[in-house]
Amino acid sequence: MNLVIDIAVTHVRSRLRQTLVGLLGVAMGVGFSVMMASLMEGSQRDFVSQLVDSLPHITMNDERRSPPRQPAEDAFDTIAISGLRTPETRPGIKNPYAIMAELEGWLNGAVAPSVETRAVIRYAGRDTAASVIGVDPRRERYVSKLPTQVRGGDLDALYKSSNAIIIGDKLAQKIGARIGNTIALASGRGEVMSCTVVALFHSGIAQSDETQAYTLIKTAQILAGQTGIINAMRIRVADIMQAMSVAGRIEAQTGYKSVSWQEANEDLLSAFEIRNFIMYTVVGAILLVASFGTYNIISTITHEKTRDIAILKSLGFTEGTVRRIFLIEALLIGLAGTVLGWVLGYALCSLLGTIEFKSPFMDATHLPLYYTPKHYALAALVALTASAIAGYLPARKAARQHPVEIIRGAS
Amino acid sequence: MTANAGASPVIALKSVTKTIGDGVVTTLVRDIDMSIFPGEFVSITGPSGSGKSSLLYLLGLLDVPSSGDVFIQGQPVNKLDERARAHMRLSLIGFVFQFHFLLPEFTALANVMLPMRALAELDQHAMQERARTLLASLGLHDHMNKLPGQLSGGQRQRVAIARALANTPKVILADEPTGNLDSKSSEQVLAIFRRLVDETGSAIVMVTHDLELAERADRHVRIVDGRIV
Ligand SMILES: Nc1ncnc2c1ncn2[C@@H]1O[C@H](COP(=O)(O)OP(=O)(O)OP(=O)(O)O)[C@@H](O)[C@H]1O
Ligand SMILES: [Mg+2]
Repeated sequence: MNLVIDIAVTHVRSRLRQTLVGLLGVAMGVGFSVMMASLMEGSQRDFVSQLVDSLPHITMNDERRSPPRQPAEDAFDTIAISGLRTPETRPGIKNPYAIMAELEGWLNGAVAPSVETRAVIRYAGRDTAASVIGVDPRRERYVSKLPTQVRGGDLDALYKSSNAIIIGDKLAQKIGARIGNTIALASGRGEVMSCTVVALFHSGIAQSDETQAYTLIKTAQILAGQTGIINAMRIRVADIMQAMSVAGRIEAQTGYKSVSWQEANEDLLSAFEIRNFIMYTVVGAILLVASFGTYNIISTITHEKTRDIAILKSLGFTEGTVRRIFLIEALLIGLAGTVLGWVLGYALCSLLGTIEFKSPFMDATHLPLYYTPKHYALAALVALTASAIAGYLPARKAARQHPVEIIRGAS
Repeated sequence: MTANAGASPVIALKSVTKTIGDGVVTTLVRDIDMSIFPGEFVSITGPSGSGKSSLLYLLGLLDVPSSGDVFIQGQPVNKLDERARAHMRLSLIGFVFQFHFLLPEFTALANVMLPMRALAELDQHAMQERARTLLASLGLHDHMNKLPGQLSGGQRQRVAIARALANTPKVILADEPTGNLDSKSSEQVLAIFRRLVDETGSAIVMVTHDLELAERADRHVRIVDGRIV
């Protein structure tokens, strides 16, 4: 065996108890880090997938990001235009079915038309604002999880009666309506329409469950008072990470504002970034604390081994060789601790995975954990780096000692 | 000593002075000129605190002079860096101290192999063979696999001598190697040194308090107050 490794191994082996303590320190650091990372990323992924899966990945609507050029600007060198007003009704997407066909030509995913409008639901003497979305049930199943979220019926129930409506379960609870009840929808222009609740839906996202309702496109068009209008396209892509670039392409092609799930949930995603930052800080701190144990051990060993260091140097060992001996000792502790920490981390994750939670606010009964070699590699990297630094400092000090002074002191 | 008068010295000191301290300066060694020739057995004596050990550390490149030059085989070493000096110690010089200075966790055999492994000129098998031969020639056949803690003082000192000889050094520097030994063990050590000088042509510099032993060397140097007298 290599001489340096041989001496290093002998040193750590002859201090079994100290070595074990240091090793356990690193192991716990690595173990808890792995567990925490798995938990944090697990819950984040769980949340994102719930969020992303239940809604279309991209929504294109009839707005534009910047106001359209006015004909006057094309005709004259106009400096400023004032007094323009937004039209009171939504303009709708021009030639929606042509656009859909065009998008379907290249898109790896699906497109479905929809009409978004707002209404006030009147039931049992109470008024509740709701957003009503007119969908095409045959196409909707390819762009959102809505068909699977319908309770007490299915999406095709919308065809079963004229003016059929599916409302969020929380909304139904709020107004006290049940399946089969007839509710009144008042449009912005004051016209009232009677609709029959044919089913409920539960998306798990409180905001939609409390405020949304689905009808057929035709029903929503009548409610909006705009026959034939389509004002939003619901789009799903095969690879959710591509949503942002696909949205950009759609927008460039059609000129209509296309919002990807990433853009729609920007605040949430940036909150995740902060959360991740906090997580990595805490994980780093845990491992740093663990490395203090290693520092302590290597310090102690170099102190106890002052005489041996002087001997080795008097024999002709270089400073570099002496330094390497103690550095390797620290890395041995770090390495063994890391491997043990991996086992510990995996065990902790498995244990957490078996715990059941019963909460009225959550659908999940188990902690969402995410397993990836990345967490293990990252914890190992930090642990080994910390060990190397923890070993290097005392090793450098030890290697610099002047052998003469020690030899004088000892003889 | 006269036999080697024509050869070039293994180690030479030219007006070497060693002082320590910044404010209160202590002079350990004062303006020493000294040459050690191959196959020469030199003894150094002097009162306690006269600078014998300090001189030995300078000869063995463990310490650097404050002024003056040190030559190893004619080459000036003052300008060499730490690595080069370490390598010279490893390949050319063997130290024996009053205290054995063996690594406590390694067996006698492993301790003797240490310098050979560091120099890495022989293969594992040849190293082991050489270490065994050395230990055997010092009468330690039965103690090769013992730890230093399981050996007597004289045995440890012989292991230390075997280790000093491991890389066939050109010069052995011994600082009171018999200081902790009884007269019988001391005799053994002296016989080993004598045999070494006569058989291998290595040089030996031995610091001792024992005048009778010192007189049996080829040349006897006396130090008082850091000076050769
Ligand atoms: N670090 C130091 N600080 C101050 N004085 C020192 C130091 N090291 C050595 N000395 C002094 O230098 C002088 C020479 O010391 P050295 O060890 O060379 O003597 P020595 O001849 O080997 O003595 P001994 O026979 O007792 O071993 C002594 O007077 C000692 O006190
Ligand atoms: Mg001395």
